[in-house]
Amino acid sequence: MAFRLKLVPEHTAIDFFRAQKITFGISTLLAVLSVVVLFMNGLNFGIDFRGGTTIRTESAQPVDVGAYRAALAPLDLGDVAITEVFDPGFRADQNVAQVRISAQDGVEAVTPETILAVEAALQTVDPSITFPSVESVGPKVSAELIQTAIYAVLASLVAISIYIWLRFEWQFAVGAIVSLIHDVLITMGIFALFQIRFDLTTIAALLTIVGYSINDTVVVFDRLRENLMKYKKRALRELMNLSVNETLSRTVMTSGTTLLALIALLVLGGDVIRGFVFAITFGILIGTYSSIYVAKNVVLWLGVKRNWDKNDPETKKKSASPFEGAEEV
Amino acid sequence: MLQIDRWKRILILGICLLGLAYAMPNAFYTRVEAHNDAVARIEATGVTTPELVAARDGWPSWLPSSLVNLGLDLRGGAHLLGEVQVEQVYKARVDALWPELRRALAAERDAVGAVRRVPSPEGTLAIEIGNPDQLARAVEIARGFSTPVTTLTGAGQQSLAIDATGSTLTIQLSDAEKALTDDRTIQQSLEIIRRRVDEVGTREPTIMRQGEDRILIQVPGIGSAGELKALIGTTAQLTFNPVTGSTSDPEAAPGIGQFLAPSLDQEGLYYILEDSPVVTGDDLVDAMPGTDENGMPSVNFRFNPTGARAFGAYTSANIGQPFAIVLDNEVISAPVIRSAITTGSGQISGSMNFEQASQLAILLRAGALPAELEFLEERTVGPELGQDSIDAGKVAASVGFIAVIALMILSYGRLGLFATVALAVNMALLFAVLSVIGATLTLPGIAGIVLTIGMAVDANVLVFERIREELRTARGPARAIELGYEKAMSAIVDANITTLIIAAILFVLGSGPVKGFAVTLTIGIVTSVFTALFVTRLLTVMWFERARPKTIEV
Repeated sequence: MAFRLKLVPEHTAIDFFRAQKITFGISTLLAVLSVVVLFMNGLNFGIDFRGGTTIRTESAQPVDVGAYRAALAPLDLGDVAITEVFDPGFRADQNVAQVRISAQDGVEAVTPETILAVEAALQTVDPSITFPSVESVGPKVSAELIQTAIYAVLASLVAISIYIWLRFEWQFAVGAIVSLIHDVLITMGIFALFQIRFDLTTIAALLTIVGYSINDTVVVFDRLRENLMKYKKRALRELMNLSVNETLSRTVMTSGTTLLALIALLVLGGDVIRGFVFAITFGILIGTYSSIYVAKNVVLWLGVKRNWDKNDPETKKKSASPFEGAEEV
Repeated sequence: MLQIDRWKRILILGICLLGLAYAMPNAFYTRVEAHNDAVARIEATGVTTPELVAARDGWPSWLPSSLVNLGLDLRGGAHLLGEVQVEQVYKARVDALWPELRRALAAERDAVGAVRRVPSPEGTLAIEIGNPDQLARAVEIARGFSTPVTTLTGAGQQSLAIDATGSTLTIQLSDAEKALTDDRTIQQSLEIIRRRVDEVGTREPTIMRQGEDRILIQVPGIGSAGELKALIGTTAQLTFNPVTGSTSDPEAAPGIGQFLAPSLDQEGLYYILEDSPVVTGDDLVDAMPGTDENGMPSVNFRFNPTGARAFGAYTSANIGQPFAIVLDNEVISAPVIRSAITTGSGQISGSMNFEQASQLAILLRAGALPAELEFLEERTVGPELGQDSIDAGKVAASVGFIAVIALMILSYGRLGLFATVALAVNMALLFAVLSVIGATLTLPGIAGIVLTIGMAVDANVLVFERIREELRTARGPARAIELGYEKAMSAIVDANITTLIIAAILFVLGSGPVKGFAVTLTIGIVTSVFTALFVTRLLTVMWFERARPKTIEV
C-alpha cells in the first residue's frame, strides 16, 4: 500500500456547531475589536491614499535615521517619516530606508526641485546613498483612489452576493456576505493594529481575500446544496456538519498549497510587496476559518426553505449512517 | 466509460505544446529582447550592422518571439500622470472671440449703444451694452458667431451658450462645444507628448488618455520622472522656412543663416533651410484635413492676419520655389509654391492618405501643447530595484512550486504527479497568453502568479477528493474517476466564477500594478481550470488505458 499523506483523516465527523457560541463570540469580538482599533489607531495610509512622496534610499553605509532627519529638517517639509527597511533578501552592504514626505500645501505633486533638495540633503549625510525609487502622488489623485478603492470593495461584495443568490438562495448570499465582511474587517483591523502600510495594492489584496474566501464558502455551499437534495428529511444542522466534514480534506489541502506558495513569497519575495503578500496570507487563514465557522452559521440561523416535515420518523432512521444512501435524486 | 476522443486528445496536447512554444521566449528574456530590438531597428532604419545581425541571429526568427512586457516597477523607469488644463482652451477661445464680436457690435452702435467687456470668471465673456432695451439685437449679433455642433447625442446644439440679463451679455462655450474642445485638446496633447517622448528613443513608452482629461505617460529606462517632465514641458515649435537646397549627407555644412533639417518621412533626406522663418506656428489659426482640387487628401490651414500678410508676400515673390513646413526641426513637407497665397489660407498636399492628412492636421494644430499639463502623480523606479524584485519573485515562485508539488504527490500519489505536470503546463500557458496578448507583468502580477500556483491545484483537489469519496461506494475505479470529475464540476465552476468576478472588478477599477495583478489572476483562473479539467484528466485516462488497474488509490 502506497504511502499517502493525509492532512485530514478519511472519515471525520466533527461537530462544527458544538463550539458555535464560542466561535461566534470570538468572531464577533474580533470584528468589534477591529472596528475599535480602526477608529482608534486609524490605518497607516500610504501615499496612494493621502498624497505625498516616498523616497527609497539605499546605501552601503548603515542607515542613520537621526542623521537623515536632521539633514531634512532645514528643508521645512512638514511631516517627514523615515523608517529603515529590513529584508532577509538584502545583501550585507545593502541598507535601505524609506523617507515619506506628506503632501505639500497647494501643490499637486512634489516638485522636482523639492525632490532634488531632499536627495542633496541626504547625500551630505551619506555620499554613497542612491535612490532606487521615488514616488509622488498628489492629493487630488489620492482622494480619487480612496473613492475607487471603496467602490471596488463594495462592487465586489454586491456582485458576489448577486451571483450566490442566483446560484443558491438568498440565505446563502447573506451568509457569504457576512463572512466576507468578517474577513475584510479583521484583516483591516490587523493592518490598523500593527500600523502596516495600507495602499492600493492592499485593496487588491483585500479583494483577493474576498475571492478566496468566497471560493471556499462556495465549495461548502455547493456540497450542502447537493446534500439538501440527497437527504430531504435530515436536519439542516446535521447536513451542514456532513457537508463541512466531507469537504474538509479539500479545504485543508487547498489552503495548504496556497499557504505554502504564499509563505514562500512572504519570506523570499522581497520587502516591496511584503505588505501585499502578508494581507493575502492572513486573509486566507481567516477566510478558511470563516467559511467553516461563519458563513454556514448564518445560513443555519436564517434557515433554508425545503420540504420540511418535523414528525417524519424516516428522518431519524436515515441519519444514522451519514455515508450511505449515495443514490442521486 | 473513461474515454476521450482522439481529436480531443490531439487538441488538448496541441494547446499544451503551443503554450510551451509561446512561453519559451520568456526563458531567454534578454536574448529574445535583443533579437526583437534588432529586428525592429533593421526594419526602421534599413541599416544592418554586424552587432544588429548578431543580436538578430541570437534567436531563430521562426520561433515565437513575443515576450511578457515588464511593468515599470520591474523594469525601472518613470511614470507620470498629468491633467490637461482644458479650461485654458475655453479661455483662449472666448478671448479670441472678443475682438471680432466687438467689431460686429460696434457696427451696430446706433442700436445697441456703447459696448464694453466687464470682468467675469475665466472662460466667459461678459459684455455690457449701452442700450439695455436692445439686448435682443446684441444677442442676435453674438449668435451669428455661434455654429451648430453635431454630437453623438444629436444635432441642434450651438457652439456658444449666450445668456442675457439686464444690460449684460454673458457668452461662454456650450457644454457640447466644451466636450468637443476637450476631446480635441486631449488628442492634441497626446500627439505632442508622443512625439516628444519618441525623440528620446526609449523602448515602448506608454502614452494614453486616462479618464476625462488626464494623460498617463510611462517611459521605461528613463532616469527620473523629473527628466521626463522637463521633456514634456517644452513647447513644440512650428515654422515655415524657405528652402535653399537638399542633401543626403547628414554632415553637410549649411551656410551662414541656414540650418540642416531632416525630412520626417523620407529617411536620409535633409533640407538646407533659411534660419529665419517666414511664418511660425503662432500665426496658424487652424488646420483641417480636406481634399485638393483632384480629390486627393490634403491639409487645409489658415493663418491669422499677420501670418497671412507675411505668407502672401513671400509666396507671390517665390512662385516655383519650395518652402518647408518644419516641426521641431524636422521637415514635415516641402511643397513647391504654385501660386501666391494671399488669402491667408493654404493647402498642403502630396503623397499622403486621408489618415496621414488628418494626422498632419493634428500635428499642425498641435504645434505647441494646447494647454498646460498639471502633474498629479509621478513615480520613478530604478532598474536595480526592479531586477531585485524579479529575482526575489523567481526564487519565491520556484520554492512555492516545489512545495506544492511535494504536497500534491505526497497526498495523491500518481494523480498528484499528473496534477503537478498540469500545473507546469498551466504556468506555461499563463506565460504564453501573457506574452501573446502583450500584457504587462507587474510586481503584484508576480504575486498573482504565485497565488495561482497555490490555487491552481484547487480544481484538481476538488476532483481527487471526489474520486476518493466515489471509490468508497466501490463501483470500480473507472466509474469513480468519471463520477469524480462529473460531481466536482459545479463546485469548480462556482468557485472560479466568483474569483473571476473579483478579477474583473479589479481590472475595471484598478490602475497600473493592480490591473497587472487582475490580468494575471484572470488568465491564471482560465488556464488552471483548463489544465485541471483537461490536461490532468487526459493524463489520468491515458495512464488508465495502459495500466488497466483493478483498483486505484488516490
